[in-house]
Amino acid sequence: MEKIVEVKNLHVTFSTYGGTIQAVRGVNFYVNKGETLAIVGESGCGKSVTSNAIMRLIPDPPGKITQGQVLFKGEDVTKFSEKKMRSIRGVDISMIFQDPMTALNPTLTIGSQLMEGLRQHQGISSARSKQKAIEMMELVGIPNPEERLKQYPHQFSGGMRQRIVIAIALICEPELLIADEPTTALDVTIQAQILELFEKIQEVTGVSIILITHDLGVVAKIADRIAVMYAGKIIETGTKRDIFYKGQHPYTKGLLKSVPRLDVKGAALTPIDGTPPDLFSPPAGCPFAPRCPYAMEVCNKIYPDTVQLSQSHEVNCWLQDERGKRLLATTTTKE
Amino acid sequence: MLRYILKRLLIMVITLWIIVTLTFVLMVSIPGSPFNSDQTSNETVQENLERHYNLDKPYHIQYLLYLKSIATLEFGPSIKQPNQTVNDLLGRSFPISFELGMVTIIVAVISGILLGIIAALRHNGIVDYLAMGVAVLGISIPNFILATLLIQQLAVNAEWFPVATWSSPAHMVLPVLALATGPMAIIARLTRSTMLEVLTQDYIKMARAKGLNPWKIIFKHALRNALMPVVTIMGTLLAGILTGTFVIEQIFAIPGMGKYFVESINHRDYPVIMGTTVFYSSFLIIMLFLVDIAYGILDPRIKVNKKEGE
Repeated sequence: MEKIVEVKNLHVTFSTYGGTIQAVRGVNFYVNKGETLAIVGESGCGKSVTSNAIMRLIPDPPGKITQGQVLFKGEDVTKFSEKKMRSIRGVDISMIFQDPMTALNPTLTIGSQLMEGLRQHQGISSARSKQKAIEMMELVGIPNPEERLKQYPHQFSGGMRQRIVIAIALICEPELLIADEPTTALDVTIQAQILELFEKIQEVTGVSIILITHDLGVVAKIADRIAVMYAGKIIETGTKRDIFYKGQHPYTKGLLKSVPRLDVKGAALTPIDGTPPDLFSPPAGCPFAPRCPYAMEVCNKIYPDTVQLSQSHEVNCWLQDERGKRLLATTTTKE
Repeated sequence: MLRYILKRLLIMVITLWIIVTLTFVLMVSIPGSPFNSDQTSNETVQENLERHYNLDKPYHIQYLLYLKSIATLEFGPSIKQPNQTVNDLLGRSFPISFELGMVTIIVAVISGILLGIIAALRHNGIVDYLAMGVAVLGISIPNFILATLLIQQLAVNAEWFPVATWSSPAHMVLPVLALATGPMAIIARLTRSTMLEVLTQDYIKMARAKGLNPWKIIFKHALRNALMPVVTIMGTLLAGILTGTFVIEQIFAIPGMGKYFVESINHRDYPVIMGTTVFYSSFLIIMLFLVDIAYGILDPRIKVNKKEGE
């Protein structure tokens, strides 16, 4: 399958008065054409920074991509000039933001916000772009599009605004859509509608989606593959099936256990004890080791290599590494 | 919209009436009369003069006569400048004051906003510190001191500009500079801080994610939102510029309304006091009204009247 985007060994840092935060520390993943990759992890693990890095939207200063490549259709966008980057943003790669209440400019009409990208990039006539805008509004399910184009964001509900944000992202027919927590700010019934809309647009346009979220319910619904991120690193990737049924990393297991279940009566939630490490001085070993119930001595010292569990399933954990397994065997016999 | 404007007009008339009444009360309660300084006049002459200007009538009659003159926009003859009506005075001096005021406002708004944008874009850089340093100076130096400094340096020493009076564009430079610096500095600082706030908003990030060019993001997306607080203080700034013109017109010997306004109070020239007060206050009230209208145009969330079903 064709890889639409491939991120290789990406490092992003932020310089602050308190020191340098290593927000993303060597992230590798890829997205195939037409599939949905979900990047899952808790707050502050670097999910959003990773997605902003693909778009080169990290405010510089203080942020900086210090190492690594972001290959979009084989070309490294980290090497692109700002001008070249502008011709990609919104055209080849689009982004959907978390909060539709703040993502739309309150002083401009919906129509103008929908069409300005189209005008800038494709230089088409206003009649054509209006036609396109109406089509887009219909695709995302907004009734009376012609009327609605003349209205301002405050005249729309939250769910409607998120539909408009999606329409804006899709209007130039991008090949990759990055959705940064697109349902977090919405209430549950609207969430379900928006997720269905994502499935529908993927079917219609064949766009690839990177979905950033901390909500495993959302992931279960629309993701094809999942990358689990922790403290600036991706610790496990696999298909939805790999992660949900055969997740191997103790952090992945912990995440799955902390999701409320409706099918088991009286099941208590199991939180993961402890807090993520300080990214001003990230640990040399596995960042999850201090919270990991199975941590060995080696976990604190050396970061585990990637272990290929199956063709689609990879994990970075000493417990899965042959050497780690031998170590485990020797330590248990000693005791 | 029409209902809103009518309502506002009514409020404006009431405001004006309150101003006129207050001015009248203050005017008659200041000791002295227009004829006190005339050493030569004897009592009969004085009485005749007072009769001529209706000053012998009881206060409530005088008050009603004033209201009538305002309603008909005929302020009558000036007491101290014989052969001239107040309308003549205003008709001659208002265009000059208006020109000074308008040029000042335009200069202050445009340069203030540009300075604010540049400072915000170069946040914490040398340009930012420089611009804000100049702004602090501009706010703290009173315009009459700035005016005399400008005359001393640029007109007397350097001889780049004329010292005073009002006849060519070159004559405008110094008074406008003296009058515009303060408001410009306030606008620059305000624009900078609101720009900095607006630039961190999600919709700016979204505009960048659309791949728009930076100028479009700044002028179409950011500035419009950043200007809201600037528009809000425009009313206050206008009042400041208006009163500033009194002083600046005196310093630069500009034959504007400010001169008559100050002189008329010194001379107890009642019709001129009334005329200039009414004129200045209506001008300011109308400007404030326009500011409110501009507010609704800039931000669609502020609707001057609510449409049905909203």
